[in-house]
Amino acid sequence: MYLKDTIAAISTPIGEGGIGIVRISGGAAEEIAGNIFSGKQSGGMQSHRFYYGEIIDPESGDVLDEAMVVLMRSPRSYTREDVVEIQCHGGYLLVRKVLELVIRCGARCAEPGEFTRRAFLNGRIDLLQAEAVIEVIRGKTEAALALAQHQREGHLSKRISRIKEGLLTSLAFIEAYLDFPEDDIELPDCRQIETSIRESLARIEELLDGFSEGKVLREGVSVLIAGKPNVGKSSLLNTLLREKRAIVTSVPGTTRDIIEEVVNIKGLPVKLLDTAGIRDSEDEIEMEGMRLTLEKIPLADLILFVVDASRPFDYEDILIKEALCGHPFLLVLNKSDLPVEAVVPDDLGSAGTISISARSGEGIERLRDSIFSLFIRNGARDGRDFTALSQVRHRDALERARRHLESFLQSFPAETAIEFVALDLRDALHALGEVTGETTPDDILDQIFSRFCIGK
Amino acid sequence: MVVYEKQYDIIVVGAGHAGCEAALAGARMGRSTLLLSINLDAVALMSCNPSIGGLAKGHLVREIDALGGEMGKMIDATGIQFRTLNTRKGPAVRASRAQADKQLYRARMKRVLENQENLSLKQGEVTALCVVEGEVRGVDTRVGVRFLGKTVILTTGTFLRGLIHVGLTRYAGGRAGDLPAEGLSDSLRDLGFEVGRLKTGTPARLDGRTIDFSRLEAQYGDDPPIPFSFSTLKIERPQLPCHIVYTNERTHEIIRANLDRSPLYGGVIEGVGPRYCPSIEDKVVRFPEKERHQSFLEPEGADTIEIYPSGLSTSLPIDVQFALYRSIEGLESVEIMRPAYAIEYDYVDPIQIHSSLETKPVRNLYHAGQINGTSGYEEAAAQGLMAGINTALRVQGKEPLVLGRGEAYIGVLIDDLVTLGAREPYRMFTSRAEYRLLLREDNADLRLREKGHAVGLVREDEYEGFLEKRALIVAELERLRSERLAPSESDRVFLEEHGLADLRNAVSFEHLLRRPDFSYRDLEKLDSRCLSLPETVREQVEIQIKYQGYIDRQLQQIERSSKLESCRIPESFDYSALQGLTAEVREKLMRFRPDTLGQASRIQGVTPAAISILSVAIKAGRGK
Repeated sequence: MYLKDTIAAISTPIGEGGIGIVRISGGAAEEIAGNIFSGKQSGGMQSHRFYYGEIIDPESGDVLDEAMVVLMRSPRSYTREDVVEIQCHGGYLLVRKVLELVIRCGARCAEPGEFTRRAFLNGRIDLLQAEAVIEVIRGKTEAALALAQHQREGHLSKRISRIKEGLLTSLAFIEAYLDFPEDDIELPDCRQIETSIRESLARIEELLDGFSEGKVLREGVSVLIAGKPNVGKSSLLNTLLREKRAIVTSVPGTTRDIIEEVVNIKGLPVKLLDTAGIRDSEDEIEMEGMRLTLEKIPLADLILFVVDASRPFDYEDILIKEALCGHPFLLVLNKSDLPVEAVVPDDLGSAGTISISARSGEGIERLRDSIFSLFIRNGARDGRDFTALSQVRHRDALERARRHLESFLQSFPAETAIEFVALDLRDALHALGEVTGETTPDDILDQIFSRFCIGK
Repeated sequence: MVVYEKQYDIIVVGAGHAGCEAALAGARMGRSTLLLSINLDAVALMSCNPSIGGLAKGHLVREIDALGGEMGKMIDATGIQFRTLNTRKGPAVRASRAQADKQLYRARMKRVLENQENLSLKQGEVTALCVVEGEVRGVDTRVGVRFLGKTVILTTGTFLRGLIHVGLTRYAGGRAGDLPAEGLSDSLRDLGFEVGRLKTGTPARLDGRTIDFSRLEAQYGDDPPIPFSFSTLKIERPQLPCHIVYTNERTHEIIRANLDRSPLYGGVIEGVGPRYCPSIEDKVVRFPEKERHQSFLEPEGADTIEIYPSGLSTSLPIDVQFALYRSIEGLESVEIMRPAYAIEYDYVDPIQIHSSLETKPVRNLYHAGQINGTSGYEEAAAQGLMAGINTALRVQGKEPLVLGRGEAYIGVLIDDLVTLGAREPYRMFTSRAEYRLLLREDNADLRLREKGHAVGLVREDEYEGFLEKRALIVAELERLRSERLAPSESDRVFLEEHGLADLRNAVSFEHLLRRPDFSYRDLEKLDSRCLSLPETVREQVEIQIKYQGYIDRQLQQIERSSKLESCRIPESFDYSALQGLTAEVREKLMRFRPDTLGQASRIQGVTPAAISILSVAIKAGRGK
């Protein structure tokens, strides 16, 4: 929205490409590159020349990756602003880390289509292309709306809304105290406000932890392969691993303990857990394996519920289905190369169904796509790092909210200038509003009028 | 219809707080101006509370004054109690408030109007607008005269189809004792305006001789009283106290027992009332747990026995009014001189005006004050002043003066009106201003004096005084930045007493002042030179240094939004031809027809994505 900002985004499709490119545009692009890139010469970079070096976190001194960096000075660039492109090794996590670093160093996450829009507004693209730009933005908008819809219903957004509620209540107390000095409204207990803000801050930090050091980033995601014996769970695991690890036999119940393997699905680290087949068994060792499996179900981020399509859907399958109740799972119909016998109950279809043949490899690519896009939503849809991007944007917003709240707590309670301190609270709300929608002055006034008897 | 021989540059309809500022501004800018009022004895009348200012309203008065308006000077000349509110809080929410002598205020304004060059005052009720090809040409009055004007400003207050309620009794009136304006709102409807209905109310006026003040707590003003106007040196008039009373359980019982006779609760009143100024029955119903409500007994003037009990407005029947006021301690035998009443009136939803206050449907027609859905003398005066300035500029063929949200509360006020509309009477609060820390009473002159001078409203002598003050501020800021601490032995003792023993040489005075626990008064001990500066300069310097971090942050916020604010949307822009907007957003934009992208972005429901599409289309010259 604001042409003065410096923006950044991942401009290569997400996934396991050979390289990934982070593009930065705006007045601070060169400075940011200078801060994180070791390869420039002492006099800085020349325009339109490639430099080799390392991307280094200036705070920790950690080396993130080797990279090729090119600076394109205004106006000879795509946006007609100073543009820096960082080409690093591909892979979802790495490129995202570089983007996060760039944002930490002062850039803002680009809006969908913003590079193009800047190119246009700066006169780089001519009038004939204008319509196309609108289409691009429109397309992005629709995708963004779908994403926003998803997030509105989502957990994250609910949690952020709750944080906002708390902040709004505190702000309403302060604003009422400021705006209605003749209505004998006393400043509420400062400790109460402080406690409430600290709570909000803790919740924000919890969310931030979820972003930066959460399971997805640190360990990737865990996917449990479940199903009754001999439906091809281990074959599936091996196919996904592309080499044999688990013992594969046709004797039901060969896999008796949990096998863990990490596989890289389009750049997303996925820990695959193969399990003992769940069945109504009296074999003690097998029972032990099954107990482990049932324990693992709630811990997995996703369960691949494998069913043998060549056999009827039976009592054992139903047992597993019940064990999976309430957990996210994908129904995997294996042995699609054999005649299909299984009639799957209707209420199973909603979770998503993929037909595969673990033996021939048919459908495996689609399964990989499905797993990936369940975690990186919309990623598969247009090949762009949409959710990842908006996650960074959310994180960006949450981090700003955190900074404002910290600074609020530093100067609160203020003896003389509480309206100045309130700016931090307002800015924190504003930052969170970027995720869930703006808090308007009317929202604050609504709160005040419903809480306080105003009017002299 | 007789057409009057003279054509005016500006015709102002209504002589309330908006109309008076509008007429004075127009005339002072050299335009021939006609001020029409239903009752020429009632100019600048305070129909409700006898006071000016308060939180955010005091800010408005200072801004009006800085721009060259009259309100600040008026209250300084006629005020009988001045107080600065929020002195224990920071400078941005400190605000001036004063009790006015109502009759003096009215009489002085009449005299100012009568002495103003280029200004004619005439009594008359305007019944219709004369509009030709979408452009206003003049106004028609009840007695059959048509006055021709190049521009017309409507400031109709509560008079448009005014309907007064006392209990279930109701009658047509513009204010107790005044006739309503009956024809004009039909004329507006015929011209295509969307007209709505609002409600407000006022308490009874009490006979001061029947109040036992000896039992009441008195509240005095500040000593010395601090004037509103940057041009007033000293308040000369003797000051009077207010008194505090409280309602009690018995009062509340009386109200509850008679709610069925309230026009509000009986559903007789259709207009929407202000939440921040509820009637006493509203307070009792909405906050049943509150055992008492406070009221200030405010004198209506120095030469009258009439008393205004603030916060006790009601539309209950007259017999209930007797009982409820008399249930209050100190008012046991009080006599009511004028009954309390509610009034409903027509207004024109302000999404139909531009930021210049010119209406969108009719060229050269301007609206100011309650017709735009606002309440309050200060809000009205601010709009009146801007309408006066902008009609004069229009006649001069110049661009309108539009103040930004980061420049003035007046800018916030008008921008809120045109982008949000008014569903209830709009009152200014500091929480409405996102750049509140910059919009202070203390710096209103620094923000607006130049603009007032540029349009010709600020007198040369006032302007020179301002330039001098500003130069002193700049010089002092520079001096404090460059001069460094070189403490003598006695200074060291002083510093140690203040817990500043760690400070050594080479710390600048600016640095010292930035410490939260160190004030200008402390600095005087180390640096006697600042003693010679006027208090207003010292105050300004101290605020600018102490809060610089916050102030800079707000300046950056303004800078970031400036791109959107300065991007104008062509008046003829065709939203229906624009691809990619949702139906809802398109409908909103077509209804509001915002002047700038900034305005568009503040319309509720207009998404950032829509703004992107719009900005691209404007840049591409599409949609024309």
